[in-house]
Amino acid sequence: MASRFTLKDHFRESRLINGRLIFAAVLSVLVFAVVIVRLVVLQVLEYEHFDSLSNRNRVDIEPLPPQRGLIYDRNGVILAENIPTFSLEMVPEKVPDIEQTLNELSDLLALTADDVSEFQQRLNRHRRFQQVVIRQRLTEQEVARFSANRHRFPGVDIEGRLIRHYPQGHLFAHAVGYVGRINERDMQIIDQQNYKGTLQIGKTGVEKEYEDDLHGDVGYRQVETNVQGRIVRELMSVASHSGDDLFLHVDINLQRVASEALGDYNGSVVAMDPRTGGVLAMVSKPDFDPNSFVSGISTKEYGTLRDSPDRPLFDRALRGHYPPGSTLKPFVALAGLELGVVTEHSKTYCPGWYTLPGHDHRYRCWKHYGHGHVDLKDAVAQSCDVYFYDLAHALGIDRMHQFLDLFGFGHRTGVDIPSESRGLSPSKEWKRGSRNQAWFPGETLISGIGQGFNQTTPIQLAHATSTLAMRGVTTAPQVVRASRAAGDADMQLRNSNNVHSLPMENSQHWEAVIDSMVEVIHGARGTARHVGEGMPFKIAGKTGTAQVFGIAQDEKYDAETLERKLHDHALFIAFAPADKPEFVVAVVVENGGSGSKTAAPIAREMIKQHFGIIEEIDEQPDQ
Amino acid sequence: MSSLISENRQANSWQLSHLLQRLHIDAPLMMGLLLLLGIGLMMLYSAGGQDMGLIVRQLVRMGMALMAMLIVAQINPDRMRDSAYWLYGFGLVLLLAVLFFGHEGKGAQRWLDLGFFRFQPSEIIKLAVPILVAAFLAERPLPPSAWRLIFGLMLIGLPAFLIAKQPDLGTAILIASSGLIVLFLSGIRWRIILTFLGTCAAAAPVLWYFMHDYQRRRVLTFLNPETDPLGAGYHIIQSKIAIGSGGTFGQGWLQGTQSHLEFLPERSTDFIFAVIAEEFGLVGVALLLFLFLLIAGRGLFIAGQAQSSFARLLAGSISITFLVYVFVNVGMVTGLLPVVGVPLPLISYGGTSMVTLLAGFGILMSIHTHRRMMSP
Repeated sequence: MASRFTLKDHFRESRLINGRLIFAAVLSVLVFAVVIVRLVVLQVLEYEHFDSLSNRNRVDIEPLPPQRGLIYDRNGVILAENIPTFSLEMVPEKVPDIEQTLNELSDLLALTADDVSEFQQRLNRHRRFQQVVIRQRLTEQEVARFSANRHRFPGVDIEGRLIRHYPQGHLFAHAVGYVGRINERDMQIIDQQNYKGTLQIGKTGVEKEYEDDLHGDVGYRQVETNVQGRIVRELMSVASHSGDDLFLHVDINLQRVASEALGDYNGSVVAMDPRTGGVLAMVSKPDFDPNSFVSGISTKEYGTLRDSPDRPLFDRALRGHYPPGSTLKPFVALAGLELGVVTEHSKTYCPGWYTLPGHDHRYRCWKHYGHGHVDLKDAVAQSCDVYFYDLAHALGIDRMHQFLDLFGFGHRTGVDIPSESRGLSPSKEWKRGSRNQAWFPGETLISGIGQGFNQTTPIQLAHATSTLAMRGVTTAPQVVRASRAAGDADMQLRNSNNVHSLPMENSQHWEAVIDSMVEVIHGARGTARHVGEGMPFKIAGKTGTAQVFGIAQDEKYDAETLERKLHDHALFIAFAPADKPEFVVAVVVENGGSGSKTAAPIAREMIKQHFGIIEEIDEQPDQ
Repeated sequence: MSSLISENRQANSWQLSHLLQRLHIDAPLMMGLLLLLGIGLMMLYSAGGQDMGLIVRQLVRMGMALMAMLIVAQINPDRMRDSAYWLYGFGLVLLLAVLFFGHEGKGAQRWLDLGFFRFQPSEIIKLAVPILVAAFLAERPLPPSAWRLIFGLMLIGLPAFLIAKQPDLGTAILIASSGLIVLFLSGIRWRIILTFLGTCAAAAPVLWYFMHDYQRRRVLTFLNPETDPLGAGYHIIQSKIAIGSGGTFGQGWLQGTQSHLEFLPERSTDFIFAVIAEEFGLVGVALLLFLFLLIAGRGLFIAGQAQSSFARLLAGSISITFLVYVFVNVGMVTGLLPVVGVPLPLISYGGTSMVTLLAGFGILMSIHTHRRMMSP
C-alpha cells in the first residue's frame, strides 16, 4: 500500500536514464567503429583481391549435379541407367535479348512452340544466374550446327548431361516408374539446394519412393568466368556424391513371362516370394514407354496416353480395384473354421441355389444343377457358391469383415511403391458411414463369394495369398531388395520390417484350407486341374471369376453375345510348393472370362519359369 | 539598409522556426532524415538499373511515410501513453489474425489482406512494444521491481514469438531488442543484465550438446553462410566482392559493375548497402554511417531533454533501435552477422518499414516539440 503513494523522484530517474542513454550512445559508436574496421578490411586491405574478382572476371558458382543411382533386377540386369545426352542451355542474365535469341535459335535448331513455351515456364522458376534448359537430347547434327554458330549466342551453350534411360522400355513402366522434369509441386517438397543442377525427379514407382536414396548429394565448383560467361578457370570444387544403386527382388524373366502371358488382355500379375515378401514380378497392362517421360513428354503424346480408354498410365497392380470373386473363398472358409461356424467335415446341400430364410429370392450357384452335398474341400475345389452363401450367412458380414481384415483386405499392403489403393472390404459400419444405408442380409451372401462391394487390388490378393501360404506369417511386399552406396562394395539389404504373425486357434485349420486349394489344382473335380499337370510338387490355388455385368435373375451369362468389355474378370491365386511355399502368384485378367481358362494358365507359366520347369506336355485347355 | 535586410532575415528565420514549432517538426532531425531519403533515392536509381518507375513508386511511399510522421508528431506524448495498451492489444489481435488468415508471400505468412490494401501487423507492433513497455515501466518508480521486469519481458516476448513463427526472424529480433532497450534504459541493475548474458552464454553449449546433427548443421550455416555457397552464401560472396571492389573512393555513381551486371542479388532492397559501398567506396559508406549516427544522436539528445520518464525511455529506445536496424543490415551485408532479411532503414526499396520508421521519428518530434507545453 505504501509504495503506491511513493512519489516518483523525477530528478533521480532522469539521471538514471540519462546515464544509460550515454552508455548506449558510446556502445553504438563502438559498434559502428567495428563496422568501419570491417569495411576497411574489405575495401582497403583486401581491395586487390576483390577488385580482381569483380573487374576482369566474375566468380560463378556452378552446381555439380550428382549421378542418379542405377536400378537392377535380382539377376543384375539393368532396369534404369543414365546415358549421356547433349542439351541446349541458357543463363538468362548473360543473354542480352532473350526473345531475339529464342527466335534465332528456333531458326537454327527448329525449336517447336512447345519447346519455347515450356522454356518460358522454366525461366520464371529459375534465378537469372542459373542455367535453364532450352531443349534436351540434341542430335549430333544439331550439336554441330550450334557449335558453328556459338559466337552468335552469348549466354547459351551446349551442356553434356546424363539423363535417365530405361533399357527395358515398357516392361517396368509401372514397377520401376520413371523420372520427369521437376515441376512446381516438386519444388515445394524438395530440398532446393540439393537439386540445383538436377533436372529430373522420380515421379512414379521405385523412382519416386526411393528418390532420396537414388538422387545423391549435389556438389559445386567456384569458377571464374569472362564477360561472355565462359569459364576461365576453376577456383575450387566440392565433388558431388552419387545416389545409391538399387537392387530389386523383381526377376526380369518372370516379369517378361507375365507380360507376354497376359498378351493383349488388360490386367495385372503380381508374384511374390512369401518367405521374404519380395515382389518377384509386378506387371500392369497395358503399359507405356517410360522413356517418353524423361525429358518431357509432348502434350499430344501425353494426351493419347491419358485419354486412352485402356488407361495405360494406371497402375492396375497397385490401384486396380477388382471384385476378388471366388479367390476370396479360401479366406472365408478359414474364417468359418476358425470361428467355429463349420468344421472340415460338415456338409451343406447345394441344389443350385440358395434362399434366405423368409425370402424367396434365389441366389444362384454357378453350377445350375447344383453340387449336391459338399464339404469344405469340395466347396473350395469346385467353387460351390451355395456353400459359401450359407457360410457367409452364418458368419455375418461384420465377423467376416473382421477376419478378412487380418489378411489385409481393405488395407494398403505397405508395398514400397507409392500411391497404392486401399481396396474395400465391406462392413455394416462402412455402409452406414459412406452410403448412409442399412446393410441387407443378401449383401452378406454375395460378399461371401467375393462379389458385391468387395474390391481388391492385385497386390492385395498376392499379399493375402502369401499370408495364407505362410500359415499366418504376413510380410509387407517389398520391391527393393538391397541398396549399394556409391563407392561401396557391399550391398545393404532392405528387408521388410513389417512382419507379424496372425493369431490362429488351431493350426490344423490352415492345412484344411490349403488342402482344399491343392484339390483345386490336383483334385479330380478341381477348377484348375491343368495347372498342376507335370509339376514335381503340389500347388495350391483358387480360381475366381468376377462379374462386371449384372445379369438378371433368370438370364444366363452368355459370353458369345456380350461385348468383350462386359465379360467377367478372370482371377487366379496360387502358391507352390503347397507344403513349403516359395512362390506366390496372383493374376487378374480384365474381361478374361473365366479364371480357370484365362488366368490360371498365366500362373502356370509363371510357376514353370520360376522353378525352371521345362516340359513337353501339350497344353490342352480344360473345362 | 543592410541592417534592415538582416533584421528582415532574422524575422524570416524566426518565422520559420515558429512555423516548424507550430507543425511540431524538429528541424535538425528533419534535415538529417531528408538528406538520408535523398541519398536513398539516388542509390535506388543506380541499383534499380536507372528505372524511373521504381523511383516514382518509392517517392510516393516516402510522401506517405512523411505524412504519417507529421501526423504522429501532432499527437501529445501523454495521449500515446494513455492509448499504449489499446495499440498493443490491437497489434496482437492482428498478429493472431495473420496466423490464421494471413497471406503467404515468399514462403512466410506476414500479410493481412484488408481488401483495399495489405499490410504487415508486425509494423504496428514495432512501435507498440516500446511505447507500451515504456508506459508500463514509467507507471512506477525506476528502476523497476523484479516482477515488473518479468511482466515487461512477457510483453516483449509474446509478439516477438508470434512474429518469429511467421517466420520473420529479423523483425522478431528488432522488436525484441526495441523492448529490451527500454528495459535497459529503465535502469535495471547491471548485476541482472550480466547474469542474464552469462546464462545465455552458458546455455549455448548445453543446447548444442542436445541438438541433432542436422540441427547443428543448420545453425552453422546460419552463422557462417559461406559454407552454403549455392544458397545463403551466394548473396554474401557476391556482396563482399561488390563492397571490396569499391575500394577507398568507389567506382563512382552508376559505375558499379557488380550491381549493374545484375550479379548482386536483392541489390535494391536488403543488399543496397553493397551497391553504395561499391560506387562510393569506404569514404562514402563511412559518411553514410556517420549520418545514421548523427540522426540517432539527435534522437538521444531529444531523449535526454524529455520531461517524463516515459518520454525518455521511448525516445531512447526509438533512437537506439534505429541504429540496431542499421547494424543488423550492414553487419549482414558485410558478412559480420548471419543473414536475416532486414532492409537498410530509409534507403532500401520497399514501403512498409519506411512508414513505421518515420512514424517513430514522428514520436521523437512530438516528444521534443510538446515539451514546453508540458512544463509547468
